[in-house]
Amino acid sequence: MKSVIKGAGYILVHTPDMVIHNGTTQTTERIVNPEGEYLKELPGHLRSFEQTLSYYPNQVYIGNMTPDALAAVPQPWYDKECPKCDRYGQFGQIMPQEEFILLMQACDVFDLVKIDREFVAAHKAALAANEVIDESIVNRVAEGVDAAEIARLVSEEHSEGLYHNGQLVGCVNRAHDIDVNLSAHVMHENLVSKASSVLALLSAIRNAGIAKEDVEYVIDCSEEACGDMNQRGGGNFAKAAAEIAGLSAATGSDTRGFCAGPAHALVEAAALVAAGAYKTVVVTAGGCTAKLGMNGKDHVKKGLPILEDMLGGCAIVLTQDDGVNPVVNLGILGRHTVGTGSAPQAVIGSLVTDALDRAGLKVTDVDKFSPEMQNPDITKPAGAGDVPLANYKMIAALAVKRGDIEKKDLASFVAERGLTGYAPTQGHIPSGVPYIGFARNEIAAGNMKRVMIIGKGSLFLGRMTNLFDGVSFVIEANEGEKKAEDSISEEEVKSMIAKAMREFAESLMAKAE
Amino acid sequence: MGILAGKKVIVIGDRDGIPGQAIELCAQSAGAEVVFSSTECFV
Amino acid sequence: MDLENQKRVKNFTEQYGAENIVVLLGAAEGEASGLAAETVTNGDPTYAGPLTGVQLGLRVYHVCEPEMKEEFDPDIYSEQVEMMEMVLDVDDIINEMTAIREQFCKY
Repeated sequence: MKSVIKGAGYILVHTPDMVIHNGTTQTTERIVNPEGEYLKELPGHLRSFEQTLSYYPNQVYIGNMTPDALAAVPQPWYDKECPKCDRYGQFGQIMPQEEFILLMQACDVFDLVKIDREFVAAHKAALAANEVIDESIVNRVAEGVDAAEIARLVSEEHSEGLYHNGQLVGCVNRAHDIDVNLSAHVMHENLVSKASSVLALLSAIRNAGIAKEDVEYVIDCSEEACGDMNQRGGGNFAKAAAEIAGLSAATGSDTRGFCAGPAHALVEAAALVAAGAYKTVVVTAGGCTAKLGMNGKDHVKKGLPILEDMLGGCAIVLTQDDGVNPVVNLGILGRHTVGTGSAPQAVIGSLVTDALDRAGLKVTDVDKFSPEMQNPDITKPAGAGDVPLANYKMIAALAVKRGDIEKKDLASFVAERGLTGYAPTQGHIPSGVPYIGFARNEIAAGNMKRVMIIGKGSLFLGRMTNLFDGVSFVIEANEGEKKAEDSISEEEVKSMIAKAMREFAESLMAKAE
Repeated sequence: MGILAGKKVIVIGDRDGIPGQAIELCAQSAGAEVVFSSTECFV
Repeated sequence: MDLENQKRVKNFTEQYGAENIVVLLGAAEGEASGLAAETVTNGDPTYAGPLTGVQLGLRVYHVCEPEMKEEFDPDIYSEQVEMMEMVLDVDDIINEMTAIREQFCKY
């Protein structure tokens, strides 16, 4: 049995106040340089919700514009207005902060999130009107508490404030007085991850056109950890999000691997479906508050808006072969192993060319590569360069070395088989997976045959190993009819073997008698 | 006399440039002692 | 530069003496290389880390600079780094690094 990509959901959440209060660049600055210029200038660089809607890369992420169309728009993009500025797209939506704060409360099952009753009254209707939010979620939104109570919780009980337009409108309480793993800060971070994962799950399921009851397994591949002091990373974000999303027939678990998490999770999901363990598996990931405004100092210094004001989320639905949707080919897996080392050429070799070699394919047999799709508008001013472009140059350089392409074709290789980055720098979110929605469209339309998804992870950040990591897989066209013929003949072969075995056994028994 | 031979080297690699471990091997090949190696990540 | 890395640079310099230390960078482009080099010579330009206002004046190079390549085993360099020369803007990196060394390096 093969597994296919049935649908995908991609969502963004505009969270300008969380940039100030929860992004680690800002929280660190408040400790080491509280009177510094950066914190004073920061609020003046935050974008409005409307500005984030008309930002080109955001419209690409939710599917209203293709990466190829984006490539035709000259960089930088932050000073340009995208003519398309819808909050909904074919893959999902861009949610404003006020709806998200209420969604966070709806996702809280431990009575930790308290919202100002006036704020609830002002925005509950907007959440209810959201395309993917149904009554079961809206009914979870509590009436709210007095503003004075929230102010007291923040000042006296270490609660983490929830702000909107600079006003305190709610808070997340700590879940334990002593255990730092259940502190208000950690609960806030985890509830944000959970709520954005729920939004991604609902979008993906809607786009895949499946029933919620069809989902049998959910894998969360974010970079957060939930648990208490006795099991700090115990998990299970997947099942927690599935509960709120109403996936009553699903169980699930969490997979971690830094930015490579989603690629690992998708290989696992495809294998679970292919093995017949579960018929429908959804891989999901919510966003990360810590990374909001991560490169904000560089952006502010250069007079740019704070471009890291978006939480990202994504979810991919995998089901058993339907004869139509693109297939995850588990025969072409790239893997960075313990012995691969960290030399960039060894890393790309292990993920791209080694995998293709094993399948007897050339680099040019892949129509598009989707490695790390970070938006260069964000990374270039911060000194990290154009991350996808660097990946393509390495793949092209290896292709030249192997003789798959001529050296003079380097630039055209990058233009033809590469993509322009458009995903927010939310760690795991840009890592290979943003393109799966588009890849499904292009392959289904017959424009592409094969797309390689590449995830890479910086394991060394956990200080448990100095190793790097990465994994890749290929999505390819579903040769439905041919497959059907094959499977019929396979059935026939099986029955012929069974018949022969029966006859052989009968003849043995006859001889024994 | 080279710049690296016999010196204590501190490596600050970059995930999207050259990672620390790759630089370490180069420095050692020039006769330096790597006392600290780290890889930064901006994404 | 990461605050923990700044702390390590400061501590190792105190332990071994600035004249015995060389810092090797692998940054992805010129400006980032220059900022890291400035941090270990003239102090943290972002005023955030332990090297703020600390002028160590250390020798600092990017791994792709010719002075370094000359000293590495060519096979190891070729295996570990060389391909990145096609990816990075090495000239820009060399310019930035040279400017910082001329201005702030004490050794």
